Amino acid sequence: MRCLSKEKITRPTIDADALRSEIRDKSIRVLDIRKEEDYKQNHIPSAVNLPLATLLSDDSPEKVLQHAQSFGIDDETSVVVYDDTFGALASRVAWTLQYIGHEDVSLLDITYGTWKKLGLETSTEQFSFAKKNHSLKLRPEILATADYLMPSKEKGGILIDNRERLNFLENHIPGAINIPYRMLASSENILRPKEELKRLIQNRNILPNAEVITYCGSVGTLSGLGYYALKSIGMENVKLYVRSFKEWKSLEKPIERQRDANYWDLSAE
Amino acid sequence: MLTQGQFTCTLSKTSQSHSKSDNLPKPKINWAKLEESEKFAEMVKLFRRGKINRDDFRRFRLQHGAYGSRMTDDYSMVRVKVPAGEIYPEQLERIAQVSEAFSIGSAHVSTRQNFQLHWIALEDVSEVMRSLAEVGLTSREACGNSVRNVMCSPLAGVCPDEVFDPTPYAMATAKFLLRNPMNQSLPRKFKINYTCCERHGMARIADIGLIPLKIDVDGKTQSGFKIFLGGGLGAQSFVGHQLEEFTPEEDLLYTIISVLRVYDRMGNRENMARNRMRYLVNELGWGKFQNIVLKERAIVKATQSIVVKLEVDKIPEEPRKITIRSESPVQLDGFSRWVKNNTVKQKQSGYCAVFLTLESGDVTANQLRAIAEIAGEFSAEGRARNGFLQDIVFRWVREEDLQRFYAKLLEVGLANPGALTMASVIGCSGTTSCNLALTNSHRLAKEVQRRFLELKLDTDDTLRDATIKISGCPNSCGQHEIATIGFYGGGGRVGKDMYPLYTMSLGGRSDEKAMLGSVCTKVPAKKVIPTILKIIDIFKSEKKAGETLDSWIHRIIDGNGGPNVKSLNDIKEMLKPLLVAPPIEQDKDFYVDYGNDGSYHARTGRGECAA
Repeated sequence: MRCLSKEKITRPTIDADALRSEIRDKSIRVLDIRKEEDYKQNHIPSAVNLPLATLLSDDSPEKVLQHAQSFGIDDETSVVVYDDTFGALASRVAWTLQYIGHEDVSLLDITYGTWKKLGLETSTEQFSFAKKNHSLKLRPEILATADYLMPSKEKGGILIDNRERLNFLENHIPGAINIPYRMLASSENILRPKEELKRLIQNRNILPNAEVITYCGSVGTLSGLGYYALKSIGMENVKLYVRSFKEWKSLEKPIERQRDANYWDLSAE
Repeated sequence: MLTQGQFTCTLSKTSQSHSKSDNLPKPKINWAKLEESEKFAEMVKLFRRGKINRDDFRRFRLQHGAYGSRMTDDYSMVRVKVPAGEIYPEQLERIAQVSEAFSIGSAHVSTRQNFQLHWIALEDVSEVMRSLAEVGLTSREACGNSVRNVMCSPLAGVCPDEVFDPTPYAMATAKFLLRNPMNQSLPRKFKINYTCCERHGMARIADIGLIPLKIDVDGKTQSGFKIFLGGGLGAQSFVGHQLEEFTPEEDLLYTIISVLRVYDRMGNRENMARNRMRYLVNELGWGKFQNIVLKERAIVKATQSIVVKLEVDKIPEEPRKITIRSESPVQLDGFSRWVKNNTVKQKQSGYCAVFLTLESGDVTANQLRAIAEIAGEFSAEGRARNGFLQDIVFRWVREEDLQRFYAKLLEVGLANPGALTMASVIGCSGTTSCNLALTNSHRLAKEVQRRFLELKLDTDDTLRDATIKISGCPNSCGQHEIATIGFYGGGGRVGKDMYPLYTMSLGGRSDEKAMLGSVCTKVPAKKVIPTILKIIDIFKSEKKAGETLDSWIHRIIDGNGGPNVKSLNDIKEMLKPLLVAPPIEQDKDFYVDYGNDGSYHARTGRGECAA
C-alpha cells in the first residue's frame, strides 16, 4: 500500500457545507478578514475578526504569529478564511499563515455576500478563544522577492500578473504574462472548478511542474488569489511576490508596456 | 457525532442555483458549435510550437472571428456575430462576464451589429468561444473571407414605414450561409444587409442589400425584395445597383447563391486592394454583371436536383406580458429631451422602440448586465437588438413605462440623450486596437459627442437628420463617406513635426438617395470640433426657412447654394483661418492625438482584413 505522507493534506478551498459541518464539530477556526464594523454587524458563527488592514500594518512573521496564537490557533488547528472581496483578501491572509508555517489553511469557496444570499446561518456574537502556542517555521519556498524574479525567469520560471488587462498593457514586469484575477472565478465561487482552471492553464502552455510566481498591483491580494488558483489544481511550485508591482516600481526596475495603442480609450468606464 | 452526510441530510444541502423565474425568452437559434473552441485551442498550441505557419494560422484564426490587435498578434479582438442584431438577456450577461474575465471589462457594439471584445490573449480565445457557445453565440466567419454577420434593421418588425418584417429572412439567410462550404474561401469578405424601409438602412452600401417590397400580380399580392448589389465603403466606395424591379420571395435564396457563385468565380484573388465584389461590378460594368448574375440564377434554378429553400420562421410572436418591478419615479430632469431624441413610435400602437446612446459603441460589463435586465423587464419581446450606429435598441416598450425606463437608465449611466440625432457620432476602433489606424478616431468620436451634448445640440431640430462619422484611416470602417460630415484619419506635417490630420467630406447619405460625401478640406484632429461648430454657424446664417443642415449641404452640392456659399469650396475658404497649423512651440497639444501624451507619429501594422 502507498505510504501517506506525514504532512497533513491541506485543501486550498472548502465549501459551505463542509465548513458548516466543521463549525458544528467545533473542529475549526474561522477567520473573518473584513473590516471590524462589518464583522460586528454579523458574520459566520464562531468566526473571529482579523481585518486585512490590521494584518498589513505589520505583517512580520512574529506579529502574524501573535495574531494566530491570540485566536487560539496552534500548529494543528484547521483554519478557514473568508472575505467579501471575491476571495482576494482572504487569500492574502491564508498565504501569510502558510508562510509562517501553518499548514492547514483553506479559503471558503464563496464570499460572505454569497453565504448570506444563500440564507446560511450568521451570528452577531463576538467570539474569542484561549491563547495557544504556535511554532514559527518560515516557508521561504512560497515567497518570491524582487531579486528572485529575473533569475527564476531565466531558468524557465513563469511570472504571472493578476491585475486587470488594461493595467497590465499599460505596464508590467518584463516577460510577465497576464491572467486577470477575474479569469479565475466562476459566477458562484471565488475559484472556477478545477477542470476549468486546468484547461485555462494548459491553454497558456504552463506545465504542472513549472515554477510560477504571481504578483499584482500592491500588496499581494489579487495575486494571492492567483496563488491559490494554481495550488487548487495541484501545482507544487508556486510563489507569491507579495510586495508586488508597487515595490518593483519603487526599486526603479525595468518595466515593459504595450506601446503605440490607445487601449484605454476603448473602456466605457 | 454527526457525520457530514447526516449533517447535510438534516439541514439539506446548500444549493447555489438561483434560477430566475423571469420566464425570459431563450435564443431561438443556436449559432454555436462547441467543438470549434476545442479545435481553436488545439490550433493555438500547434502554432505556438511552430507546427503551423503564420499565414495558415492567421487564415484559420480569422475564419473563427479573431483579429490580431494593434502592433501585436499575441492579443485578439474577438468579434461575436449577432445575426439581425437580436441579442437575448442571457447572452448579454455572458458577454459581460467574458469581457471581465478575458477582455478589458467593456465590450463594443460595431456598426454591423456585432459585439467586439478587445485585447484578449490569443491563448484565451478558445475559452471565450466556449463560453459564448454555451449561450448559442459564435464568432465563426465574423472575420476573414466569408459572409459576415447578416444585418437587419433594428426597427424591422416595428417600423411604421415597412412593407413587411424582413427579420425572419435575415435569420434564415444567416443560418443557411453559416459554415456553408460555398462561403469559406471567397476572394474577400462579403456583406449582406436587410433593411425595413428606404429610410432606416444601408441596403445600398452592402454587397447585397435588401428592402422588402410587395407587388400586385394578377390581383394577387406577392412578397419579395428590392435587391441592390455591389455597394460598399472602403478605400474606394460605391453605391449598389438594383438588380431588377422586384425579386419574388421564392427567388431570394437563388439570387443570393448566384451572386456568391459569380463573385467566388470571377472576383479578384490577386490584388488585395481590389478584391471586394464592388470592384468586380465596377470593372465589368453594371449591365454585364447584372446579366451574369441573372443567367447564373437561371442555371442554379434549372440544375438543382433538390429544392433548396430558406427556412423562414414566420410564426408570429405574441408580445410577452410585462410586469414592471421598478418604482414609479417623480418627474425626472431631462426626460422629455430623452424621449424626443431616443425613442421612436412603433407601428403597433402604444409601443415604442428605445435607442441607447453609447460612446463610440463602448459599453461596460455592468451596463451590459443592466441592459439584459432592462430587456427582460421592459421589452415585450424580452430581448434587445444591436443597431447600425454602434447602439443598442429595445423594442416593444410600452409608452406608459418610459418614465421608469429612463429612471433605470439614469441609475446605470446610460441615459444620455441624442441617440437619434447628430450627437450620435460613429467612431471606428482607430488606434485603440486596429493595426491600420492612423488616428484615434474612437476617442475623437466620444469627444465630439460629449461636446454636442454639453451644448445641447441634440435638441436642435435643424441638425437632427445630419450625421457625423469618423474613421481612423481611409478604409471606412467608421463609414465616413455616408455621413453628412465625415472624417478619415491621416497625418500632416510642419517641417519635421507630424500631427494627426483628418480629411473631411460633406454630404454623404445612405437612404434612397444614397451618395458618397464630397471631400471638402483637411482638418487637424484638435480642430475637428471647432470646425464642425463653425459649419453649423455658417449653416445657421445661410439656411432658408425649414432647411436642415443636411438639406442645406445637399443644396450646395446640387449647385443651388446661396450668394455667400455657392460650393463646398466656399466652405473650405471660410474654414481656412481655423485650420492653420501653429508652430509646435506655440501649441504643443496640436501635435498630439487624443489619448496620447507623446508626439504624434503615423505608425501602423499590417492589416488583416484581406488575409
